Amino acid sequence: MKVKSMFLALGLMLTSTTTLALSSQDVINSYTDLAFNVYTDSLAEAKKLQADIQKFLDSPSPETLAQARYAWRQARVPYMQTEAFRFGNPVVDNIDGQVNSWPLDEGFLDYVSSDYEGELGNSGATAFILSLDTLRLGANEIDVSELTPELLASLNELGGSEANIATGYHAIEFLLWGQDLNGTDPGAGNRPYTDYLAGEGCSHQYCQRRRDYLTAVTTLLVNDLNYLVGQWQAGDSNNYRAKFVKLAPQEALTRILFGIGSLAFGELAGERMQVALEANSPEDEQDCFSDNTVFAHYYDWQGIANVYLGEYKRVDGSFYKGDSLADLVAERNNGLAQKMQHQISQTHAALQALVNAYQDPNNPMAFDQMIAEGNVEGAALINQIIAELAATTELIEGVAKTLGITNLNPNLDAG
Amino acid sequence: MPPVRLGLITPLILLLAACQGAHQEAAKPTKPVITIPTELGGDNSVDVVSTNAFSLPSPNMPFTERLNFSVGNSFFRNAWVIAPSTTTARDGLGPLFNTSACQNCHIKDGRGHLPVDHNDNTVSMLVRVSVPGTPATAADGIVAHPTYGGQLQDFAINGYTPEVKIQFDFDHSIVTLADGTEVELRKPQLLLSDFSHGDIGSDALTSVRIAPPMIGLGYLEALTEEQLLAQADPDDADGDGISGRANRVWDTVNSQLALGRFGWKAEQPTLQQQNAGAFAGDMGLTSALNRSDDCTQPQTECRQAANGGDPEVSDDILAKVTFYTHNLAVPKRRNSDDPGVIAGGALFQTIGCSDCHTPKWQVGEVPEMPWLANQTIYPFTDMLLHDMGDALSDHRPVYAAAGDEWRTQPLWGLGLTSAVNGEFGFMHDGRARTITEAILWHGGEAESSRTNFVGLSTDQRNQLLAFLNSL
Repeated sequence: MKVKSMFLALGLMLTSTTTLALSSQDVINSYTDLAFNVYTDSLAEAKKLQADIQKFLDSPSPETLAQARYAWRQARVPYMQTEAFRFGNPVVDNIDGQVNSWPLDEGFLDYVSSDYEGELGNSGATAFILSLDTLRLGANEIDVSELTPELLASLNELGGSEANIATGYHAIEFLLWGQDLNGTDPGAGNRPYTDYLAGEGCSHQYCQRRRDYLTAVTTLLVNDLNYLVGQWQAGDSNNYRAKFVKLAPQEALTRILFGIGSLAFGELAGERMQVALEANSPEDEQDCFSDNTVFAHYYDWQGIANVYLGEYKRVDGSFYKGDSLADLVAERNNGLAQKMQHQISQTHAALQALVNAYQDPNNPMAFDQMIAEGNVEGAALINQIIAELAATTELIEGVAKTLGITNLNPNLDAG
Repeated sequence: MPPVRLGLITPLILLLAACQGAHQEAAKPTKPVITIPTELGGDNSVDVVSTNAFSLPSPNMPFTERLNFSVGNSFFRNAWVIAPSTTTARDGLGPLFNTSACQNCHIKDGRGHLPVDHNDNTVSMLVRVSVPGTPATAADGIVAHPTYGGQLQDFAINGYTPEVKIQFDFDHSIVTLADGTEVELRKPQLLLSDFSHGDIGSDALTSVRIAPPMIGLGYLEALTEEQLLAQADPDDADGDGISGRANRVWDTVNSQLALGRFGWKAEQPTLQQQNAGAFAGDMGLTSALNRSDDCTQPQTECRQAANGGDPEVSDDILAKVTFYTHNLAVPKRRNSDDPGVIAGGALFQTIGCSDCHTPKWQVGEVPEMPWLANQTIYPFTDMLLHDMGDALSDHRPVYAAAGDEWRTQPLWGLGLTSAVNGEFGFMHDGRARTITEAILWHGGEAESSRTNFVGLSTDQRNQLLAFLNSL
């Protein structure tokens, strides 16, 4: 930014009628700055979560549990905005399974209600790791007596079942909230703080194991985010950012657009909304234990808008603003830029309506209620978002064409 | 070196001489060796070597289609549940079933495997069953077992009894290659016990099947009947010892016989019908194509169980899962420029493997999925049935496929099998634990290629395996 401002000033000095055109590389560089900012916030919030979980474990009470839950929700705000970087950047996607996998089979980790069905035929679905010293699953026999971050990471997708998830935000969410036993009715998970009382008063047994698990799984999350911050940090000649900024500009732009397009349509509109709605299934809800899903979707979308607009509102309220795709498109095809600007407002409004419904003081509706069979109002809210995301995605394809990208299919082998 | 090795050299020379002689006598002109490119799936090849190597969408698919892929993926991956449930779109599992989700067998969209011992589960495989006789109608590929139907379900929802308990013992044998290397083979012996409705009877025909990988299937459906039949040689008219027969199977949607393409004996004409069959047989889920699951007349309680809607798998969900199964991309090759790998690719073609594992096909128009159209692909299959010898025979015919006949399996993605899922098995029943074992099980029409393989020098064998692992 500084360098360019200087050139800009120089340009103005030389001739007041020309403005220096924005280059693709400017936008690519800003994208890495943006990523660094969002991941830095995600790490900071995860560390706060870690601190609040430690306070909760030091003195378990309804209040300290509530504080830890609040910290988890806050940690999701910047993290969901990082998802726009996931699909286009292998360095992110490769570790995503460890950080944000869902849906998870609760019975894999902890106690579940007696009518819990789990994934029939997946013996991991009822493994109850907290109760075990040795986990036997098919041909695997694993010593789980010591719950370390490394051990937990190795348990993900054990036996090939993608529902066997041991780590990440949703494992922590389950450990803080417990099962949401309300189906598509109001209410989230309601795990008692006594599940974490070491010794006297321990509920549901295995409290010490549960404490150890929560500590280890949170440490792993912080470590993973720390790694990702390092990958986006400037001044490291060996990290992902260094490789990314050296890519051919068209390839880097392809990754950027592929990332936001994949998140907008296949993932957010498809996996996270269409599937949940078609299946009427709270099991297909992203933040299903905490009922935080509407915010997960809202900030996922915000992350997409951030990347296009080259801006990010930090957790402390300050703004990052860099050279943006929006500016680049405006220079090449102002009509398209205007359309995209309008569409972003439309999509934002549809997501805002989802949040408003959840926050309605008279009749609050959580995502798991919206997807209930026969909930016309809830289905309409979700279908509107899917339609707006479809329109957004079409325009993202238009943006790609305007930037000379005919095939929005990045070559993701270079890191 | 031990003296035993000296004794092996002479037979090796004789073997090679015999093979070369046989090849020269064949009426068929020797096909030129072709170069195998890096991109086996044409423009829809993907560059990934991780556990997700078989799970990515066709990269040329437009963004606007990715929602269908994602929804299909979700219904392929997530577990179906017992009816009634609030999860109405995904209930109706069982009452009898083999597993609760497609992905449990097609592990990470890859292969299944046999249980390792008597206590291990049998989730990623199944056992087909029938009795001898002539099927009643052209629509029936088999005569279903009067009590246990066409497939043995070894799981049941609460309150119901699984049909059977499935276990395996293994018979082991040793094959010695020309360079003295010993390879242990294992042949599974199926053990059935704990029958829910009485003994299955001595005339029951059984066939163990593991789940195959899911990549590139849309391409294989897009090859035309004309293309595939052009390569068939049912009476071995060219005298090369290789027949290549098309299975003729019932197409439920069009109510007529069609070319069989999918399944270990090419017993299904389309992915849609294959998927509907798996929903019904493996998970106890009805669809428009399979109005009932595998409950037979004597299984009264099975037929009377609560259902999850009629049908349980809606047309929309069947369509989306089918879309998903058309569009799992084929990974690019690794090390394709390595000289040893290139030499192995030539050996693959000169020792006879490519006579059935046809390397190259040209896909024409694909009206419903234009992003798959007009691509040169390298699946390494002719999609036809071949006599694979008695050791592999299940002695259980399906439509035109005899007990010893099996459809040539595609080989693309082969080298990423263990990266996708560490536990796997090759061949229809998962008996082979390595590619070498798989090759050594080849018999019948593949006998001469197998013999050629056994006779390879250590270097040549390593080259051939390096080539196969590069796929």
